[in-house]
Amino acid sequence: MTEHTIPTLDQDDLPLAGVRVLDFAQFLAGPVAAMRLADLGADVIKIERPQGGDACRALAIRDQKFAGDSLLFHTFNRGKRSYAANLKDAEDLKDVKALIRSADVLIHNFRPGIMERLGLGFDQIREINPTLVYASVTGYGNKGPWRDKPGQDLLVQSLSGMAWLSGNGDDDPVPVGFPLVDIATAGNLVQGILAQLFRRERTGRGGLVEVDLMSSAIDLQIEHLTSHLNGDGSLPERSATSNANVYGAAPYGIYQLDGGYLAIAMTPISALAKLLEISALDQFSQDEAFSKREEIKAILTEALAGHNLDDVLGVLEAADIWCAKVMNWTEFTGSDGFQALDPITQVSGPDGSTAIVTRCPIRLDGAVPRNGRGAPALGADNPQIRNELLPG
Amino acid sequence: MPPDHLPLTGLLVIDLSQFLAGPYASLRLQDLGARVIKVERPGKGDLSRSLYLSDTMLDGDSTIFHAINRGKQSIALDLKNAGDMAALKKLISKADVVIQNFRPGVIERLGLGYDDMQKFAPHIVYGSVSGYGPDGPWARYPGQDLLAQARSGVMWLNGDDGQGPVPFGLAIADMFAGANLVQGILASLVRKGISGTGCHVETSLLESMIDFQFEMLATHLNDGGRPPRRATHRSAHAGLSAPYGVYQTLDGYIAIAMTPIDRLADLLGLPALDVFASAPESWFAERDTIKQIIATHLADATTDHWLALLEPHDIWCAKVLEWQDLLKHEAFQRLDMLQSVERCDGRTMRLTRSPLRINGHRPASRQGAPSIGADSASIRKEFDI
Repeated sequence: MTEHTIPTLDQDDLPLAGVRVLDFAQFLAGPVAAMRLADLGADVIKIERPQGGDACRALAIRDQKFAGDSLLFHTFNRGKRSYAANLKDAEDLKDVKALIRSADVLIHNFRPGIMERLGLGFDQIREINPTLVYASVTGYGNKGPWRDKPGQDLLVQSLSGMAWLSGNGDDDPVPVGFPLVDIATAGNLVQGILAQLFRRERTGRGGLVEVDLMSSAIDLQIEHLTSHLNGDGSLPERSATSNANVYGAAPYGIYQLDGGYLAIAMTPISALAKLLEISALDQFSQDEAFSKREEIKAILTEALAGHNLDDVLGVLEAADIWCAKVMNWTEFTGSDGFQALDPITQVSGPDGSTAIVTRCPIRLDGAVPRNGRGAPALGADNPQIRNELLPG
Repeated sequence: MPPDHLPLTGLLVIDLSQFLAGPYASLRLQDLGARVIKVERPGKGDLSRSLYLSDTMLDGDSTIFHAINRGKQSIALDLKNAGDMAALKKLISKADVVIQNFRPGVIERLGLGYDDMQKFAPHIVYGSVSGYGPDGPWARYPGQDLLAQARSGVMWLNGDDGQGPVPFGLAIADMFAGANLVQGILASLVRKGISGTGCHVETSLLESMIDFQFEMLATHLNDGGRPPRRATHRSAHAGLSAPYGVYQTLDGYIAIAMTPIDRLADLLGLPALDVFASAPESWFAERDTIKQIIATHLADATTDHWLALLEPHDIWCAKVLEWQDLLKHEAFQRLDMLQSVERCDGRTMRLTRSPLRINGHRPASRQGAPSIGADSASIRKEFDI
């Protein structure tokens, strides 16, 4: 591993140093939120069931394992501790309640009603820890007809209309290849938790933060959905070629050239016509960039095909046109632009093996949080946590 | 919800940013109770006021501008005018948070860099969002969403293998950068509450896209750099096994998430899948073949038919909806995610709300986005500038 070019924040400078988080959540949104809090200095304790723990430990991508668990699990559980407890066992539950008494934040993503049945609902917990910030993630909120539907990313993409925004006009709905909604939900949860912690510093009161995947999916579509809500009620159409934004005017999109693909953002049509010497574009005024985007994009697609990507990039970049080469990960991770961000870091597993992970995307005073600890083995920290927080 | 219950009540944010990432961050702070004052240049203001030729314009400003800037105030200041600059510095000296998204170097030339502010606002939490970080070979590039997506490799993970790159039809680089900035700002405010010290919080579109790709990118980095490959058919995640994806039915589309192939084969009555059913390792290796078999079968009946077959067995599936179906669905309405907001001219428009519920309430305000400098006079009077 090469030397880092961006300094690492001192432990004492991490903004959430001294904040304790109990993370009851599994899979993605909850644990990703807890990871961000850990990145920022919080002591995050995963509460896991003794058999198997977080189901994500067993969910491997390409069978990649690290220190006995899936690598995937490590990518968003790094830097946490693990406490194994059976919430259906009275003794274990008593210990967990004692842990909650010592905690600043609790995160869970059980389906609505389950925490209450365990005696761990917000109102119940408030009696034993009134300063706790209690955070819950659900799929679709805690009421309504979808309440008990599985809160899973692809399904929320599908139900939220989002699948009709990517891809081209004639394509089937195109879900994005990432747990986009989960990750956005995690970010929203972090914001709510931090805002409540801020309020607690001033008022001494804890509080409840609730997020759900569907509300986050709606917020992700803020730009497009607002246009629809205030329009004539018709649905937007993806453009037939090189769609990148249903409400985007030409040339906004991706074009194939000799040697790869080119992304072009907002650019006056006349500038493209002149720089690329495409006289067929002269007939279009800038006012027609949206209404005639299919014709314009078709002309541009044909004119660019066969041209060398680097040559075209050279011409456009020299004129400050908003464009970029479309990179794959091999090109991207090998680029100077990637290296300049010093974006990856190494973590060690409990068995001493190492893996490469991405770092927290936030810099504080020019330095970044880095924690060399990988994810914990299931229950790895029970003895220490008992000793530290559950005396007697 | 009573305003004094909002967690950021009393916090003053001065927002020097424009377009999406920075204003989206200040929108989140505003939703949580902060007072946000947009500083705009006289005349044109925030460039996103005139962004997009979308068919729906309101008050002459684009809908995106209204969606992202509701509830804020606007003061018009010319940063090249000494008097206005002095006014801005006085305003900032009373503020808790500043947000800016100028290209690297520009804000320092204006004398408003983080170090400059130590002189007149030493406790400020200062949030910067750039395209590609403060330095390095790409720092001078425009920090634009599609271009950051293009460079980050993310486009090769959407769509099917054999297709070209497929961009997200959403400005995800902007939105995640904005969200990350909010997180850094709020964490620094928590620390400021404890230690009293300010902070310079920075993020960028590109760092946010790297973070966004954490699961698959880590797999790639630890896998000898093997490129990811999308499924040739019905791809919805390059790293997941069949059946994960969206399938066409007789009258629409159905999404099916992680489901064991043996269970699916039984429920759908698909003996063609029997050879794979007892071999879970084939569900990834042979996913293209398996998905083809499922797709052919699902095309023969309606979405409701398949849902009726699968949902009672807790199979993770859903109908693929369009907005009009979603908007009239009770499940959507129960979330109460929309609000009517008053525009400057008194007419109302419909906007989305905060995705957060705080103490059981979703923050709402009736106030729309300001016109340029709408609050200049009252802010000048209030802050004596």
